[in-house]
Amino acid sequence: MITTAVQEREHYLNAGYGLKSWLLTKDHKRIGLLYLATITLFFFLGGAFATLIRVELLTPQGDLVSSETYNKLFTMHAVAMIFFFMIPSIPAVLGNFFLPIMIGARDLAFPKINLLSWYLLVAGGLFSLFAMIAGGVDTGWTFYTPYSTSYSNGWVIATALGIFIAGFSSILTGLNFIVTVHRMRAPGMTWFRLPLFVWSNYATSLIQVLGTPVLAVTIVLLFVERVFHLGIFDPARGGDPVLFQHLFWFYSHPAVYIMVLPAMGVISELISAYSRKPVFGYSFVAFSSVAIAVLGFLVWGHHLFVSGQSLYAGLVFSFLSYFVAIPSAIKVFNWTATLYKGSITYHTPMLYAFGFIGLFTVGGLTGLFLAALGIDVHVTDTYFVVAHFHYIMVGGTIMAYLGGLHYWWPKMTGRMYPEGWARLSALVIFLGFNLTFFPQFILGYLGMPRRYHAYPEEFQVLNVLSTAGASVLAVGYLMPMIYFIWSLRYGKIAPANPWGATGLEWRTASPPPLHNFDETPIVTHGAYDYTTVMGEEIEVG
Amino acid sequence: MTGNGHTNIDSVKTYVFVLLSLLAATIFTTVVAYVDLGPFSVVVALTIAVCKMLLVALFFMHIRHSTKLTRLVVAGGMLWLLILLTLTMSDFLTRGILGVPGK
Amino acid sequence: MAEHAQAESLALRVQFDTAEQQKDASTLGMWIFLITEIMFFGGMFAAYTVYRTWYPTVFAVASTSLNAPIGAANTCILLFSSFTMVMAVRAGQLGHQKMIVLFLVLTLLFGFAFLGVKAVEWNEKFEEHHIPGQAAFHLEGLPATQQGNAQLFFSLYFAMTGLHALHMVIGAGILMVLIWQARKGRFHAAYYTPVDVAGLYWHFVDIIWIFLFPLLYLIDRHLGK
Repeated sequence: MITTAVQEREHYLNAGYGLKSWLLTKDHKRIGLLYLATITLFFFLGGAFATLIRVELLTPQGDLVSSETYNKLFTMHAVAMIFFFMIPSIPAVLGNFFLPIMIGARDLAFPKINLLSWYLLVAGGLFSLFAMIAGGVDTGWTFYTPYSTSYSNGWVIATALGIFIAGFSSILTGLNFIVTVHRMRAPGMTWFRLPLFVWSNYATSLIQVLGTPVLAVTIVLLFVERVFHLGIFDPARGGDPVLFQHLFWFYSHPAVYIMVLPAMGVISELISAYSRKPVFGYSFVAFSSVAIAVLGFLVWGHHLFVSGQSLYAGLVFSFLSYFVAIPSAIKVFNWTATLYKGSITYHTPMLYAFGFIGLFTVGGLTGLFLAALGIDVHVTDTYFVVAHFHYIMVGGTIMAYLGGLHYWWPKMTGRMYPEGWARLSALVIFLGFNLTFFPQFILGYLGMPRRYHAYPEEFQVLNVLSTAGASVLAVGYLMPMIYFIWSLRYGKIAPANPWGATGLEWRTASPPPLHNFDETPIVTHGAYDYTTVMGEEIEVG
Repeated sequence: MTGNGHTNIDSVKTYVFVLLSLLAATIFTTVVAYVDLGPFSVVVALTIAVCKMLLVALFFMHIRHSTKLTRLVVAGGMLWLLILLTLTMSDFLTRGILGVPGK
Repeated sequence: MAEHAQAESLALRVQFDTAEQQKDASTLGMWIFLITEIMFFGGMFAAYTVYRTWYPTVFAVASTSLNAPIGAANTCILLFSSFTMVMAVRAGQLGHQKMIVLFLVLTLLFGFAFLGVKAVEWNEKFEEHHIPGQAAFHLEGLPATQQGNAQLFFSLYFAMTGLHALHMVIGAGILMVLIWQARKGRFHAAYYTPVDVAGLYWHFVDIIWIFLFPLLYLIDRHLGK
């Protein structure tokens, strides 16, 4: 509807200029962009560590770095990626930006707390960055005791404190989203008219609020153990290191659902928009998000199968772990059914959505292998596990994140990205990803342990393939960096609804006005009602 | 209307009564701890604690007058604590009963 | 009346449509925060449950080294503080500005009293050599083989009461801010939400202590010693 040039109209980006207008903003859209910048930095930091890991693994000998340094590399790779990239990514960037708009609100319930969340992430990041620069930490991102409490000489406390602080960022974002969805929906926006992206972020917020505090207290216990030698996990005094693992994984398993649920929400939006069809089985998909959030809390012991946990508990957790796959499978079936007889177009976001469905399915199915006690005993702590979670985290979440970024880029910036380059980079990423991680399934199954920088000769070919894939993947990730920045100046001006999609965000201008809407919308139909969409799809090459 | 105390202002008498009940329960739980109840000591102590918690929550925290959502939130929190405690104990109570995986 | 409406609209933030929506959101937000606190303390309660189940006699002996009457008295102090806190909220509901200040100050004083007693108790533990992790640790009534297990009890004692005390200190800080604001006439019948949500926090910290007291101080006291 708005076709005038971006510069003539007032919107959230030109509502104020200067550093203070960004660093003291209460606008959820600006805060989303602040997060975008921050997590991108941490993504490349984590990527740098990954590069060093893959280069080391080109040769069977541990010849690039010492064992201790290698331990630091994989630890810091994971810490940077998980806590400072993956967990914030979709909720804090896309969720922050779009959740209020999607429900027809002017902002989140607590805008100042939203800004505080960003500052907490930055503060936590700085602590952890300091630890990395000062010498690093070598315990693994899992910080298992007694190594982390009694023997490691690395910067355990600083890193753990950084994660602790970032945890509060996550908790406050979750709290904000929950209150917002409950109390700030526009007139007529009932729960079952909400976009599935909102449902996913809501379910994610439940996990953030219920799980992260346990991580926080675990870090507190780690801290007092290491600093004051209290003895809570000390076997010499009758303590049990496995207790640490229980407390750690009580959060860290649901954490993986924090990382994948928002991605699933993005995929629901993309599949619907680029098939021009409502999501099949809307309420099933909505409820499955909440089911994943709940069931995800009942399975953490599958990380402790060989830790010394009782076999009985192992059986219980294995059994429960199978259940959590069901709602995820329901989503995959419903997305597929959405495609059937849809009017499909192959814009970049859709390519990422297809990539997600395939790769997430592989990752998810291999999770079922791991949930089986008998198989897990064989492949635990091997590259099979590494491949499994990278298929979901990278093949799944990061693809969905990129897909969402492309889909909503016109709305956020008022500019189109270059479609040709974007499609190419999606392809490069897909190929690079599979080349990196598929060999790792084979390596793991053949017995190559994880977290080792030296390995038997016969594994070299697969490792070289994996490293080659990683370099392709790196190129693939650099390309959007470049063309997104390019598009800010040179991209085609975006209309309000370039994709002809449904959703309140497409009813307002690109970029949106400061308070999102000129007038509070009144909602009269469901989230995916294509019969009422008036927008034209503009061919962008 | 169930609000957050908009039209529901409890009387001072109510609060005093709750306080006295809480103080009495505290004295009671302390005294009964010295009585030999065997394994039921901890059950009694926790039951009294739960009653005290309910008094504080219902009256001092106004859950009596709160929305259904608030009660759901509180119930959810307690359920989640229960999940943490129960599933963790499912390990620590059963060590050595069935053997070790992989052996 | 106009004064109230004006005050209400001054406090109303731009993202909300009505003052009631704002109050509802603030209250819901605080309740969600409190359940994060349930899970935060919950981790320590889980550790406690594990070790008390594994070492019941050691925990009983260690528990008797704590002063139950002092603990009970401290519990009562905190219960009084919850009473004065809810009276402060009630004063807010009624718009009695001087009473808001009075009750908040009383709550703060009770809070300080609790912390004072706690400090004395901790000092006592230090003098009795009941600080875990120190070479001089020794709990009377237990053989050398069980001294390590006894340290577990005290680790949990200090970790849990310490975390609780930290929350009390934060609560005291919040109360001081509220007292300052109340004295400036910030709160009245149409807007006392900060007092209300601070009260929720304060009561929650009290509830944590309601559980800590029997779990730490009253383990199998009937066994004598």
